[in-house]
Amino acid sequence: MQGQTVQDSSIILGEHAAEHGHPDHRLFGLVLFLVAESMIFLGLFSAFLLYRATLPVWPPAGTPERELLLPGINSLILISSSFIMHRGQVAIKKNDVSGLRFWFGLTALLGAIFLAGQMYEYFHLAFGLKTNLFASCFYVLTGFHGLHVTFGLLLILMVLYRSLKNEHYNSQNHFGVEAAELYWHFVDVVWIILFGLVYLL
Amino acid sequence: MTTPLEVSNPHHIDSPQQRKWQDYFTFNTDHKVIGIQYLVTSFVFYFVGGFFAELMRTELATPASDFISPEFYNQALTLHGTIMIFLWIVPAGAGFANYLIPLMVGAEDMAFPRLNAIAFWLTPPGGVLLLSSLLVGAPQAGWTSYPPLSLLSGKWGQELWIMSLLIVGTSSILGAINFITTMLKMRAPGMDIHKMPLFCWSMLAASALILLSTPALAAALILLSFDLIAGTSFFNPTGGGDPIVYQHLFWFYSHPAVYIMILPFFGAISDVIPVHARKPIFGYRAIAYSSLAISFLGLIVWAHHMYTSGTPGWLRLFFMATTMLIAVPTGIKIFSWCATMWGGKISLNSAMLFAIGFVSSFVIGGITGVMLASVPLDIHVHDTYFVVGHFHYVLFGGSVLGLFAGFYHWFPKMTGKMFNETLGRMHFILTFIGLNLTFMPMHELGLLGMNRRIALYDPQFQPLNQLSTWGAYLLAISSLPLVIGVFWSIFKGEIAGDNPWNSLTLEWQTSSPPPILNFDTTPVVVKGPYEYGHNHSSVEDVKLIDAPQSL
Repeated sequence: MQGQTVQDSSIILGEHAAEHGHPDHRLFGLVLFLVAESMIFLGLFSAFLLYRATLPVWPPAGTPERELLLPGINSLILISSSFIMHRGQVAIKKNDVSGLRFWFGLTALLGAIFLAGQMYEYFHLAFGLKTNLFASCFYVLTGFHGLHVTFGLLLILMVLYRSLKNEHYNSQNHFGVEAAELYWHFVDVVWIILFGLVYLL
Repeated sequence: MTTPLEVSNPHHIDSPQQRKWQDYFTFNTDHKVIGIQYLVTSFVFYFVGGFFAELMRTELATPASDFISPEFYNQALTLHGTIMIFLWIVPAGAGFANYLIPLMVGAEDMAFPRLNAIAFWLTPPGGVLLLSSLLVGAPQAGWTSYPPLSLLSGKWGQELWIMSLLIVGTSSILGAINFITTMLKMRAPGMDIHKMPLFCWSMLAASALILLSTPALAAALILLSFDLIAGTSFFNPTGGGDPIVYQHLFWFYSHPAVYIMILPFFGAISDVIPVHARKPIFGYRAIAYSSLAISFLGLIVWAHHMYTSGTPGWLRLFFMATTMLIAVPTGIKIFSWCATMWGGKISLNSAMLFAIGFVSSFVIGGITGVMLASVPLDIHVHDTYFVVGHFHYVLFGGSVLGLFAGFYHWFPKMTGKMFNETLGRMHFILTFIGLNLTFMPMHELGLLGMNRRIALYDPQFQPLNQLSTWGAYLLAISSLPLVIGVFWSIFKGEIAGDNPWNSLTLEWQTSSPPPILNFDTTPVVVKGPYEYGHNHSSVEDVKLIDAPQSL
């Protein structure tokens, strides 16, 4: 956003941006935003833990056994995508745009597989949203996380689209790449905690 | 929006450029426009929220239900609380912060101007959404909307309430991101963090709270939404859910919300008092750090709202202790303000009158707060008018009077005109009498056992209720000198000049209203913001701004 403004005004007023380029605070802003985001998840996790702590039987009687194979594979896919994505940033730091496209493309693919796996799981589970308190928590927590994965995926696709434009990203100027990556790592870390809570606890 | 006109020659503006009135109705990224937009919007909602309050007070003039139906009373009560908190005090604080922070730290604008405009433009739709609930049956569960009550009274009105709060909550989070980044990253050369005006410090503390606590409200509202619309039972005991979980999440936001609503005006007062008492602030660092202490403690006191919700004894004790502890940083501020005024050359203009009014009524709200923190007394008066009296002294006697002090102080900067002092003082006198007349009897009513949130009451409570209703009418009348004063002063007021109060903070060192990019040259700060009365007190001698230097 900020970069765009600087660009616009530099077109109108050549010397303005050249005179003193605005320092870039966008990554700092994004970190603050992620603090707020993590507090929403923390709120939802605390609700889950409060139910877990106060209900006499958990999960409530009649909850089917949780299948771990598919979500386990899915977790591995999401976690490895974080490492793969990082190689995209390493590539752009060496001015390697095609490398960025390759690694980010692969990350997008893995993200899409994760979402597809989650949809598959939703359709094949033996319980629905309203079955009991555990089921409601399960769907709302994983669904809210899934929304974040979807949003992260859109960010990656946006970076891929922009990387097609000539010289949009280079070794000096690639905030979009960094932001998408930071967001994706965040979503990934949330998933690890979430997985522990709803599948293992 | 960056148009050629606005950025032409940005650093050497000889005459202050004026905004066109149309700019205030557009998606404008200038923080000063956004500040005014926030302030005007919040004042509109102040009158809407006040209207609902007057309806309630009129109904409560008699013990029977003879003016509005009990259902509509519940709706008016819910809308009054929600509007006053989320659409009046919180956005008004954001308005001052938007207008003042970049000026005070010597920046051209906020860190993220477009995000800033987005944050503002979420507010009016949030308000409209809330009011539109009147068409489908407004929510009746109060601003706290505890389930299961909120699940029982009108699904769509409640859902609109949730949507509205999620929208204004998002707005407030985006604003906080901007404030923190601007203050931490964009201060002018020479302004280390201990030369930052105290308004900025208190906004830093408030923004941190917004960032950490508002999301918890979002979590509660998302789950409540599922209960309402999808029929889950997170908070519904009939389906195995637990309403107490909602209370924890809700108060994890809504107690800090009290500090989100009061901290900006603690800051405003800390800037108003030294200027109009012509003395250096007493205890700059004590006031600055006590704001941060309030923020931190504010996050660990929430369950004092839940003493009667089956909270175990040891937990009550913990929350009682932390709640009482919060009186310490607050007391530090109160004493610092009094010590600043002590022996000062006080000019009793509207801004200073409201500041003194703020300190005295906030002390009453603070003392009843400590009383309510103690478990035995709280259990006795829980959900009575004693609580209503307490938080109105904090929010009206505190936040709103502080807001008006800031309003009269910065009005000349924002408009370039002096506010009509006669009307300003009339506004103060009417407000101060009205406030005490309305809210003081509520303490007695609460101790006598009158329940809050109910349209009907026992006839024995009538005399005190009538007193309170007369006070509420006086408060309504008190808005007249304010509104007349605003229009009179804008059109006929005396020209203010750059620095009518001889203030030392940066916002007064530029023209009134400031030019579009705030300062002709990047200011360089060489002295602290409150060094009044040393040798010569005039601005020229202090040389707050040195020769131009580029970043």
